[in-house]
Amino acid sequence: MTTSTPRHPPGPRWRISLSNERFAGLLWQIVVVGIAIAVVAWLWSNAIHNLSVRRISTGFAFLGREAGMPIADTWLAYSPQNTYLRAFIVGVVNTLRVAAIGIVLATVLGTMIGIARLSSNWLLSRLAAVYVEVLRDVPLLLQLLFWYVLMQGLPAARAAWKPIDGVYLSNRGLVLPSIPIEGGNLWVMAAAAVGLIGCYGLRRRLIARQMLDGQPRRLWPYALVLVVGLPALVSWGLGVSWTITMPELRGFNFVGGLTLSPEYFALLVALVTYTSAFIAEIVRSGIQAVPRGQWDAAMALGLRRSFVLQHIVMPQALRVIIPPMTSQYLNLTKNSSLAVAVGYQDIVSIANTTLNQTGQAIEAIALIMAVFLTISLGISLFMNWYNARIALVER
Amino acid sequence: MTSVTDAPENPLPFGRSRHRGTTGNRVIRWLRANLFSSIPSTIISLLLILVLAKAYASLVQWGFWNAIWSVPGNDTNACRAIRGLGACWAVVPEKFRFILFGTYPFDQQWRPALATLTFIALFFLSSRPSFWRRELVLVWAAALLVIGLLMWGGLPGLPFVSQDRWGGLPVTLILATFGLAFGFPLGILVALGRRSKLPAIRSLCVLYVELIRGVPLISLLFMASVMFPLFMPDGVNIDKLLRAQIAFVLYAGAYLAEVIRGGLQAVPRGQHEAADALGLSYWQKNGLIILPQAIRHVIPPLVNTFIAFFKDTSLVLIIGIFDLLTTAKTAIIDPAWQSFSVEVYLFVGLIYFAFCFAMSRYSRRLEAQAGST
Repeated sequence: MTTSTPRHPPGPRWRISLSNERFAGLLWQIVVVGIAIAVVAWLWSNAIHNLSVRRISTGFAFLGREAGMPIADTWLAYSPQNTYLRAFIVGVVNTLRVAAIGIVLATVLGTMIGIARLSSNWLLSRLAAVYVEVLRDVPLLLQLLFWYVLMQGLPAARAAWKPIDGVYLSNRGLVLPSIPIEGGNLWVMAAAAVGLIGCYGLRRRLIARQMLDGQPRRLWPYALVLVVGLPALVSWGLGVSWTITMPELRGFNFVGGLTLSPEYFALLVALVTYTSAFIAEIVRSGIQAVPRGQWDAAMALGLRRSFVLQHIVMPQALRVIIPPMTSQYLNLTKNSSLAVAVGYQDIVSIANTTLNQTGQAIEAIALIMAVFLTISLGISLFMNWYNARIALVER
Repeated sequence: MTSVTDAPENPLPFGRSRHRGTTGNRVIRWLRANLFSSIPSTIISLLLILVLAKAYASLVQWGFWNAIWSVPGNDTNACRAIRGLGACWAVVPEKFRFILFGTYPFDQQWRPALATLTFIALFFLSSRPSFWRRELVLVWAAALLVIGLLMWGGLPGLPFVSQDRWGGLPVTLILATFGLAFGFPLGILVALGRRSKLPAIRSLCVLYVELIRGVPLISLLFMASVMFPLFMPDGVNIDKLLRAQIAFVLYAGAYLAEVIRGGLQAVPRGQHEAADALGLSYWQKNGLIILPQAIRHVIPPLVNTFIAFFKDTSLVLIIGIFDLLTTAKTAIIDPAWQSFSVEVYLFVGLIYFAFCFAMSRYSRRLEAQAGST
């Protein structure tokens, strides 16, 4: 290509020449895609060859075989005689269990610390700043190992630390009183859920009516009836007994109650504290992004500060907060895979054991990736829906 | 929770006061404005002071007052006797050579130490805006070459040390730095590809970025350690450290690509049009006009990505590569020192913190500068 030849204007004209934009574009695509396909094909043919040499059969048939691996901490019924498929499902549930509870707790803690950072109380805001700085600048894996070592250093079950009656913290983990989830209790919980959904629908209708005539309407009397009254009625009607199971020390361990294993508890604490530091920064910058005039205008109307924060600043701050919050939720979920370092059996840990037992490396890693891609996609979709809901409606 | 203010803009009461007071008065006024401005604030302050004083007292007691700083030989009985009451800092001088440099030959450990210093000098140099020129690439190439020579050796006077024996801080720095050095150009290419008009290239880049970002880093590291050998032809046996390094390059490339893409979007359209009007080719346009502006836009988020990446290198613990965290964890396998892991983790945490805190301070300063101009 010489500089004196005039360049062809981009358009429908076709010429087989490198100076033709469309031709060059097509050529580039063919070359790049060709290289990508060639590399993948080469890797694949190597893999097929290596697998046949090592006599490893490919495919997911191994999922139906007996797993023979013990899983200590599970919510589903599982024994080592179960299949690999069942073990994987237990792993997925364990991952979701730590991720879902972690997301909720990290959001609550992070929001509190983010607001504390903006407090007019100097001591509180400095303390929050130190918390954020220290937790953000140390690797999560190190923090996780640290918490786990601390958990192991706790006294034995006999000398368990007991902050309130029925709550024990020892090197066996955290033991809490629990309510049995079965029979009539389930119906009561279902009634509470129905009440909550009803409340939500009612709130929307009340707001819609307020839009019409400007009269504010009270929600809480209805809410009381729906959320407390309805379950109480069901409970009374069915004659459900609400016995709380208190954990008891028998021999070397606890019987009854809800036990959070040291591994689960360490992982949860590490994930929640680490992620909350990031969420705190997001909340802080979100609140600061709301123009000062909004504060001033609301204060000039004589509203209380907590009311201003809740009804005027927060709804606007949420629009800034939600997108980065989504990526923190995704990070927390992905970071829960560090469970393997302390021996909490999440999906990665179980896939890793499977891989060592069967040699099905490609399948095991593909399963891990499929699970996480699905979870990531789910969280993204939900957060996008929520983001669209709270977005500013512009004309 | 106390009330929320926009603290920096809010003029403090004592700033407005008309009469100037003595220092004592000013202190009292500062305390009243910042700690005891209202009843809830006072309650919170008093509670926090109580909790902090208690925590501080027990921390000082554990960390200094009751702590043991050295023990004779490997005799840790004195440490065991005060376990839980005082720290056993003696573990740090005993083990720090192993934690910092792993199993590198003991008499040759000045080499990884020098390599570490070279890394720090390189980071320091790269952080100065006056050095942001094309020549910086050459400086990086030279520095990485020197580090490679120091670590491997093989010259007269520098006996060869295979990378199985590398460990500790240099390995962490190598994984992070080489990951960035190769991940950065990859990220630029992918970011450009994702904004390309050519559909096949664009979808390839989207697939790569979303796939890497959608899965945990551990699964990539597992891939590198167990799956990678399956994908290689017979006889090709790539070292474990190098395999992890490749995984890190791919990982860094995807995350950096997204940051750089943000910068590309911030470059006004007029810049593209002006470059086209001058008759620049695609590569000239991006290399000379668009990218320099785009990257300057995103330097603070790039530094934040570097911090995240530096911390993430610790995950190689799970596939058994001897980075700083793995050497720390290995150091306390020694039965004599087994029960003092808290001290070791605090020591290593301090090293990580020093690097990350320096970077985050730097990023904040850049942001403040960008905001003021």
